[in-house]
Amino acid sequence: MSAINLIRIALRALQRNKLRAFLTMLGIIIGVAAVIAMVAIGEGSKQSIQSQLSSMGSNMITILPSSNVTGGVRIEGASFQSLTITDVKAIENNAEYVSAVSPVSSTKGQAIYGALNWPTSLQGVAPSYFDIRKLTVNEGISFSDADVATAAKVCLLGQTVINNLFPSGESPVGKVIRLNAIPLQVIGTLVAKGQSSFGQDQDDIILTPYTTVQKRILATTYFQSIYASAISEGMSDKATNEIIDILRTTHRLRPADDNNFQVRTMEELIKTLSSTSSLLTILLTAIAGISLVIGGIGIMNIMYVSVTERTREIGLRMAVGARGIDILLQFLVEAIIISITGGLIGVVLGITSAKVITLTLGWPTMVSESSIMLSFLVCAFTGVFFGYYPAQAASRLDPIEALRYE
Amino acid sequence: MNNKILELQHIKREFVMGTEIVRALKGVTFDVHAGEFITIMGSSGSGKTTLLNILGCLDKPTDGEYLLDNVNVSGLSRNELARLRNHKIGFVFQAYNLLPRTSALENVELPLFYNPELTAKQRKDKALGALESVKLADRGDHTPSQLSGGQQQRVAIARALVNQPVMILADEATGNLDTRTSYEIMALMQDLNQLEGKTIVFVTHEPDIAAFSSRTVMLRDGKVVKDSKNENVRSAKEALEALPPADDY
Repeated sequence: MSAINLIRIALRALQRNKLRAFLTMLGIIIGVAAVIAMVAIGEGSKQSIQSQLSSMGSNMITILPSSNVTGGVRIEGASFQSLTITDVKAIENNAEYVSAVSPVSSTKGQAIYGALNWPTSLQGVAPSYFDIRKLTVNEGISFSDADVATAAKVCLLGQTVINNLFPSGESPVGKVIRLNAIPLQVIGTLVAKGQSSFGQDQDDIILTPYTTVQKRILATTYFQSIYASAISEGMSDKATNEIIDILRTTHRLRPADDNNFQVRTMEELIKTLSSTSSLLTILLTAIAGISLVIGGIGIMNIMYVSVTERTREIGLRMAVGARGIDILLQFLVEAIIISITGGLIGVVLGITSAKVITLTLGWPTMVSESSIMLSFLVCAFTGVFFGYYPAQAASRLDPIEALRYE
Repeated sequence: MNNKILELQHIKREFVMGTEIVRALKGVTFDVHAGEFITIMGSSGSGKTTLLNILGCLDKPTDGEYLLDNVNVSGLSRNELARLRNHKIGFVFQAYNLLPRTSALENVELPLFYNPELTAKQRKDKALGALESVKLADRGDHTPSQLSGGQQQRVAIARALVNQPVMILADEATGNLDTRTSYEIMALMQDLNQLEGKTIVFVTHEPDIAAFSSRTVMLRDGKVVKDSKNENVRSAKEALEALPPADDY
């Protein structure tokens, strides 16, 4: 029997039971659509996390003072003062894989303008900090190396600070605010960055030259941290090793000594977050996959019912000359037509619902071709796999029994 | 009349039911020649159905030889039997066995789908021809539920004819029909037999149906008890005319 004949026979049989064929298909449609939509949501969130990370500066390296043992007492890292301007200069001058470096000297304080005040954090940084953290000046200008040298009383405000000190919408540039009794002239504003991936408000910040914080507010020569940029994300490891070597030299550590600082890259963070979202994708896909399998079982169930219901038809077909293989193929082709048609509708529905989710809920989604291919292959396979047993059962019927079946 | 369509020699068929052996056929021997219209009669339990299954190549005898159109059936595989049924036998059943929600034309086409040599065009032409010979050419697009019992049976006969089989095998083909429609079907059978020379084997338990055939084989307890030529073949058409007019009210 030719393939065209087979398909024609199967199509006619399905036509006789349109509603049932559609309901059977529904399981597959929902399964495939779910797989595609879920993978799209998973991939979308992965992408958005990654783009968020690179907006933070994915090649960023953080150097922090580390805990150390002094006379048997372990001292907390943050209060341990080991990072100085010497370290910054050494990295700036000697590190090959580092493109930018900036010290950070930060403090908390109450920012006051007119009758309004706002508690915020003041970060003393070098001009290169803007590069490292991917910050951009919205209005006004950034401070210069000269401002750093003179410990100028200038600052740039983050959006949250502006909202709280200048609620009427007037431009803060040129105004003078006070922070911990020190007057600071606002020379610029920062482009809003929104929340970080950890839920931290990145706009609740005031930036000044680090010398201003060190000399005028904290009266210290140490830094809380140093930020650096590797020349590229892939060079983070090399840059890290280089920085460790340089700092061990400037800190005059003997080979046996532990580092009294720690160097962290974003790489670990990226890995952690990516693996979290990969896990999410896997989880969503697994749930969707289960619904696909259930759809397949639906096909098997209906095909079995169909075989029983059509026993006389099978007997008749055998009586007029159908061989076992003809019957087997007929039912198999019916199952495959159901699952492939269902798969196609499911693909369309899945892509549509991913788009609808993005439009209505604002979740980022990304329909990946591999998920379409995979779910389509799975449902074709489902058709063959779950259609085979009922088809085989049909082909093994005894024509005499089948014809007499009531 | 030496061209034998069927040759049965000492056909035996035994079924094992648990520990008991049921001997449905205990050695049946007879021949059927081309152009004969033979009825096989017998009460229930006589082995009629078993014999019919064997004649229709749906079942194989336990013992004995069965030659259909000079082909020995006992040596054939399941698939070869299916091919034989497709090419040589046209079945007509008591319950019509038409596919529901399928047009009469497609029902008639059904056996042709299992004949790979035919094109779609040939299939359709043959099916239309077969419908014409049962005078239902104008009902090709009707589904079984839109046809009367007699019409459904005629569609089934058309389906049996469509592959130009050497023999039409009817199993109680008038069992579900009233007398008038039965006679109509028998008239059609007689036409096919007398005008087109079709060999017909008709299984029935109604003696008045047997009167329309040219020969009757009587079965009892798995054996042939009587095999007689019918000298006085009744014409189904005349019988139909002799019926009182349909008392429609």
